Amino acid sequence: MTWSSILIQLLNGLAGAASLFLVSAGLSLIFGVTRIVNFAHGSLYMLGLYGAYTLIETFGRTPLGFWSGVALAALLVGLAGALIEVAILRRIYRAPELFQLLATFAVVLVIKDIALFAWGPEDLVGPRAPGLRTPVEIFDKRIPLYDLVLIGIGPLVLGILWLLLTRTRWGTLVRAATQDREMVAALGVDQARLFTSVFFAGSVLAGLGGALQIPREPANLELDLSVIADAFVVTVVGGLGSIPGAFLAAIMIGVAKAFCIGIGTVQWFGVEIAFSKLTLVVEFLIMGLVLIIRPYGLLGRPPAQQRHSGEPAPPLVPPGWKVAAVWLVPLLLLPAAGDRYLVVLATDIACFALFAASLHLIMGPAGMVSFGHAAYFGIGAYAAGLLFKRAGLPMEAALALAPLAAGFAALIYGWFCVRLSGVYLAMLTLAFAQISWSIAFQWDSFTGGSNGIVGVWPAAWLASKTAYFYLALAVAAGGIALLWRVLFSPFGATLRAGRDSPLRLEAIGVELRRYQWAAFVLVGALAGAAGALFAFSKGSLSPSVISIALSTDALIMVLLGGVDTLTGPLAGAALFTWLRDEVARRTEFWRAVMGLVILAIVLIFPQGLVGGVKALVARWRRARA
Amino acid sequence: MLTRQTFLAAAGLLVAAGLAAPASSQAPVRLGELNSYKNFPAFLEPYKKGWELAVEEVNARGGVLGRKLEIVSRDDGGNPGEAVRVAEELLSRENVAFLMGTFPSNVGLAVADFAKQRKTLFIAAEPLSDKIVWDQGNAYTFRLRASTYMQTTMLIPDAAKLQKKRWAIVYPNYEYGQSATAAFKKLLSARQPGVEFVAEQAAPLGRIDAGAVAQALADAKPDAIFSSLFGADLAKFVREGTQRGLFKGVEVFNLLAGEPEYLDPLKDEAPDGWYVTGYPWAEIKTPEHQKFLAAYQAKFKDYPRLGSVVGYATIQSAVAAIQRAGSLEQEKLVAAMKGLKHSTPFGDIEYRALDHQSTMGAYVGRIGVKDGKGYMKEWRFADGRDFLPPDDEVRKLRPAQ
Repeated sequence: MTWSSILIQLLNGLAGAASLFLVSAGLSLIFGVTRIVNFAHGSLYMLGLYGAYTLIETFGRTPLGFWSGVALAALLVGLAGALIEVAILRRIYRAPELFQLLATFAVVLVIKDIALFAWGPEDLVGPRAPGLRTPVEIFDKRIPLYDLVLIGIGPLVLGILWLLLTRTRWGTLVRAATQDREMVAALGVDQARLFTSVFFAGSVLAGLGGALQIPREPANLELDLSVIADAFVVTVVGGLGSIPGAFLAAIMIGVAKAFCIGIGTVQWFGVEIAFSKLTLVVEFLIMGLVLIIRPYGLLGRPPAQQRHSGEPAPPLVPPGWKVAAVWLVPLLLLPAAGDRYLVVLATDIACFALFAASLHLIMGPAGMVSFGHAAYFGIGAYAAGLLFKRAGLPMEAALALAPLAAGFAALIYGWFCVRLSGVYLAMLTLAFAQISWSIAFQWDSFTGGSNGIVGVWPAAWLASKTAYFYLALAVAAGGIALLWRVLFSPFGATLRAGRDSPLRLEAIGVELRRYQWAAFVLVGALAGAAGALFAFSKGSLSPSVISIALSTDALIMVLLGGVDTLTGPLAGAALFTWLRDEVARRTEFWRAVMGLVILAIVLIFPQGLVGGVKALVARWRRARA
Repeated sequence: MLTRQTFLAAAGLLVAAGLAAPASSQAPVRLGELNSYKNFPAFLEPYKKGWELAVEEVNARGGVLGRKLEIVSRDDGGNPGEAVRVAEELLSRENVAFLMGTFPSNVGLAVADFAKQRKTLFIAAEPLSDKIVWDQGNAYTFRLRASTYMQTTMLIPDAAKLQKKRWAIVYPNYEYGQSATAAFKKLLSARQPGVEFVAEQAAPLGRIDAGAVAQALADAKPDAIFSSLFGADLAKFVREGTQRGLFKGVEVFNLLAGEPEYLDPLKDEAPDGWYVTGYPWAEIKTPEHQKFLAAYQAKFKDYPRLGSVVGYATIQSAVAAIQRAGSLEQEKLVAAMKGLKHSTPFGDIEYRALDHQSTMGAYVGRIGVKDGKGYMKEWRFADGRDFLPPDDEVRKLRPAQ
């Protein structure tokens, strides 16, 4: 690279960082005050882009039309965000931590289908910015003038936010709530209004970030999820709740990406390294490194101790043999119903139930939320596939060894993860999952690249769907029984104590991290067993078994069923898998229907499905007594 | 005692009963279709319209085997695991005769392998991966569309004619882009010794950082560019590259960019002079296509996209196979698919017995801009059968047979 191309790539990186900063600043603001991990933030960005497209087409492609379209789109998105807060989230602030995530996930599904319905499936290429169409020449190279404008908008918005946060009463309240929201409430500040206003501001930023991309990015339906991942990374790298941190992180990541592309393919000691391929994963590498070195992000501070996040978790009750039998017997008889497909679906549910139960152990009782649990599921699946196809091991051996591979990965990843807590820990697990995903995706000659591995079929004696179902049921039931057994052992009790009061636990001389690390390995191995089972039931596997989407599915299953109960994750896995299968078949707009169903569950049962049913039963008993 | 006479009489009675009760024999022929409708809506919504039109026409003509044709269609979520489950549901719960559809290569390959396991015919409509019919080809899987290899080969004559020395390459970083790039480099090097590939950019699918990519390519000072971008990536690349002067004095070849799905969103920014494969729907005057075009426009009040043709032709293949087999038995269907010939809006095609690839061609031409819209100019039809490797080579590429 010459000096002039380095300069240009730097400018490219800065221009790319501008929108990323706006979106992330909004996310950071919302998280800081409300503690909500807002999955729908990317959808708001997408709405900003679509909205700006329509408005600019209506106002005309003039400078005035362009900028008023952008501004109005941002405001409308802000209103949409405020509406989401008032109509949905406000009702569930008392629910267990992270439950709001489920609601925002449902909103993602609904918004995507609304966008499809309103704007159609085709990509919409917006106008280039009127008045800024001529490129600028810098050292014989050309760069669009609009990019330079974007580079200026970033610091401008940062400045405005800084003024708002430090010079207004609203800003003081926001900063106070970010530090200690209970205290703010105790001082008589109307929390509802504060939260709505923060949601409005955060959504305006997301909408503005999207609208400003109009000249650079066609409006399309994939934007929501691709942006939300980037925004999470930037927010965490910068430090949650820190706006200057988000600014710094956005620039770091934007510039790093531009340079990966700029460097291109190089020969180092005879080895060809394609840096452009790194763009898939570079932000997650940065996040992993930053979190390992600075556990609270670049400019973040350790989060204030939360005195009260929803209701305290009720004590766990181990389900007795009778309860287990009531569920197991019908399952054993299921193949007798004669519906072959039901057996296939039940096999899927068995895999996901084990997967969800393993996630539940670390995120519920052990209090370590994982956003990247698919890493272990996927590594188990890949280990099984590779041992079977490449090493030529018999299917049974591949299935038995796969959990070891996943457990080994958890041993390494877990060592880093247990050093963190809360959302930072969750994001580090996500980083590891994405790094694993990109290895599976890129290492063509070994893992089969984007196509994955096909021809992973079970041995002859398990070839029938019924036989395989019994195998899956046995492995899942055995794994779940092991997880429950562990939970009620002294080991499990220590984990729960570590969630509720790490300080006291360490004071009595327990080294909590070692317990947490061991828990990571255990759940990793069991998730790996679920993944290996899944791979052999499908006959193939591809990088989608390590994807963010699958990690999210696992979270949804656990939250849907109820994180405070043992059977909740199983019910959640069954309901989610069944529902998706059923709804997808019945309607074209299955995402919206699915989202609305989840929203209904969220609003009616804020403790999750099983938690809600238990509460109902308890109330009924009290009424009779 | 069962004598020959009573047996025959009973058999006769049964046949009579069968004839007298048309209701049972008139149960529709059900076929299973699965695709990633929500992941690639721009291509697949027109595709769905295409097959709906074909089904309507088949049934207006009296169906197939004297029975009504019915398609059971499902969304596969763009994910191999889910696709295999959906395929299972279609076979065991919906009792479809066989499977067709799919879009991304990983889903296509997973369903193909599932079809082999279940010994069921699978017509892969859209996935372009060469592996579906070659490396991982199997006895039950047939593919309709011209593969990545074929479409890349179609661009080679023009590319070699230009005698450009320095080539830069940009592609979406997954199987399709990788194999297009590999095929292009191999074929062009063979035709034009001494050609240099001076830069190569792999962009994440759907998330290209177009400004930086355009700049990096420009830095390598190429004489020509080969790209396999499509969709939003293509639109971004065109805009950034144009603004940064990347395409000035540089010839660009771009697979698929002439398909209305990807060309039309570019509007007046469509890059003039690019060499592409695509579908000049308004200008194809063959009788097969005229008929299809008129029917499509009458039904949907919209013009067809390439996806519409693929959807339409998939049903044509399925129906032709059933008619040729005269039955819905898998082995007969598979035998019928081998060497099956039928007409499509793109002319006659044949499913080669050799590797189960259809000879459906594609249109090759250059992009022009007229009335604020992109269109294909100087186009010609490239028949698929002329752009496949020699038979010996194909046999080596396809170990399964």
